[in-house]
Amino acid sequence: MNAIDIQSISKYYGEKHAVDNVSLSVAQGELVSLLGVNGAGKSTLINLLTGLITPTAGDALIHGKSIVKDPHQVKSLLGVSPQETAIAPNLTVRENLELMAGVHGFDRKKTKSKTDELIANFNLSTVEKQKSKTLSGGWKRRLSIAMAIISEPKVLFLDEPTLGLDILARRELWQVIEKIRGTATIVLTTHYLEEADALSDRIFILKNGRLEAAGTSDELKQQTGTTKFEDAFIKLVMDGEKA
Amino acid sequence: MRAMVFAKRNTLEIIRDPLSLFFGLGFPVILLVLLSIINKNIPVDLFSVSNLTPGIAVFGLSFLSLFSAQLIAKDRTTALLSRLFTTPMTAMDFILGYTLPLLPMALLQSVVCFLCAIILGLKMTWSIVPTILLLFVVSLIFIGLGLLIGSTLSEKAATAISGALLTNLCGWLSGTWFDLELVGGAFRDIAYALPFVHAVEMGKAALAGNYQDIWPHLGVVAGYGIVLLAIAVTLFHKKMKSI
Ligand SMILES: Nc1ncnc2c1ncn2[C@@H]1O[C@H](COP(=O)(O)OP(=O)(O)OP(=O)(O)O)[C@@H](O)[C@H]1O
Ligand SMILES: [Mg+2]
Repeated sequence: MNAIDIQSISKYYGEKHAVDNVSLSVAQGELVSLLGVNGAGKSTLINLLTGLITPTAGDALIHGKSIVKDPHQVKSLLGVSPQETAIAPNLTVRENLELMAGVHGFDRKKTKSKTDELIANFNLSTVEKQKSKTLSGGWKRRLSIAMAIISEPKVLFLDEPTLGLDILARRELWQVIEKIRGTATIVLTTHYLEEADALSDRIFILKNGRLEAAGTSDELKQQTGTTKFEDAFIKLVMDGEKA
Repeated sequence: MRAMVFAKRNTLEIIRDPLSLFFGLGFPVILLVLLSIINKNIPVDLFSVSNLTPGIAVFGLSFLSLFSAQLIAKDRTTALLSRLFTTPMTAMDFILGYTLPLLPMALLQSVVCFLCAIILGLKMTWSIVPTILLLFVVSLIFIGLGLLIGSTLSEKAATAISGALLTNLCGWLSGTWFDLELVGGAFRDIAYALPFVHAVEMGKAALAGNYQDIWPHLGVVAGYGIVLLAIAVTLFHKKMKSI
């Protein structure tokens, strides 16, 4: 069974085809990147898969469960780090993590051990008692990502996780990703192409809501006759437009 | 369980905001003290402490709408709510989570208000107990309004509507500051079509021990409370399906 099976999914906003008839599959344990220029439809696709919006047409299965018919069952499998930082401002760092563990139904003991683990992995111990609204932007971001991972999701969505992180924090996040890689299926969006190139098993490129290309970094380079992944990406998204 | 975790978070979020504590507890007490002082110098029957206390208590409860509307609207803008929508939390978990913290706050507010009134010369009688219990029913109206405003308006609009408009409306149309019979006409009719004056008159009757006069006011108050809560719940269900 695939972790994700997207079946001709579309999301229209009036005339705007934010996601247009996309079909793709992701195997369990795979790490894939969703790339595309601003407005290509990456976040919309993630919002569809995480049940925040309902498709105009089509469906998607997460571990065999339909996002349209079984949204509640799907949600217990997911971890989501939204593109915008999403934290509870008046709670401390620790309390934010405990909140996410709690709403996923963890008992007191498990909540404590998972919270300790995440605080260690994300080097949050110096700020754990600080109210999250007083953190700097990058530290808020780290917390927001940690909150997505604490529930031990089967499928993890990270929408531009490294946005606004300094190089140390990015390295840390890559380490965390390497740690959970294989146990969880990970869908990542990013505008740092070298990051996608280095981390992902496979890459999907969206353009105007449509799936433009799919494959490993090498396959995409071969397909476009380029040697650098960045060149391959530019060629693919500029295809048919004047370069 | 999930609802309790979320309720705990909301409680912390509200009580860690010093402004809400001031408006919720301090402001009504200050009003009570001020008006009592005025009454000592220029005695008016309307401002005698036994007439004043139920009105101020109801006015104090109107700040519950402000707390919940502000919190919900803020959660919507900071993307925290959409993050929680991707967890297995149900609409009922959300509604309970936003409502439960306000119940002890409503009780605390009424108790503080009556303690202060006793210090200012209110006769200590057993009728204070049923009065406080009836005020609990009144709090349903404000909790329902808070849910409604918070889940539909932006944070700014929610604060303005619940903080400025609602509290004033509640004050002016409740017959606490002046006798509605003296104004008469359409103003009086509008006031009696709304629940605020009924809430205050119900409180006055209960406090005086005239329990037979509680009806029909209790009917109007409970009716408004139930209808408003029902609308808020329905709306929230809808919101969860389409953000
Ligand atoms: N609620 C909405 N109403 C109307 N149009 C929308 C809505 N949400 C998204 N869109 C449009 O859908 C398109 C895809 O948006 P989306 O946020 O998915 O892009 P993205 O690939 O995540 O871009 P970015 O890299 O900037 O985050 C955009 O043109 C956007 O304006
Ligand atoms: Mg996006």
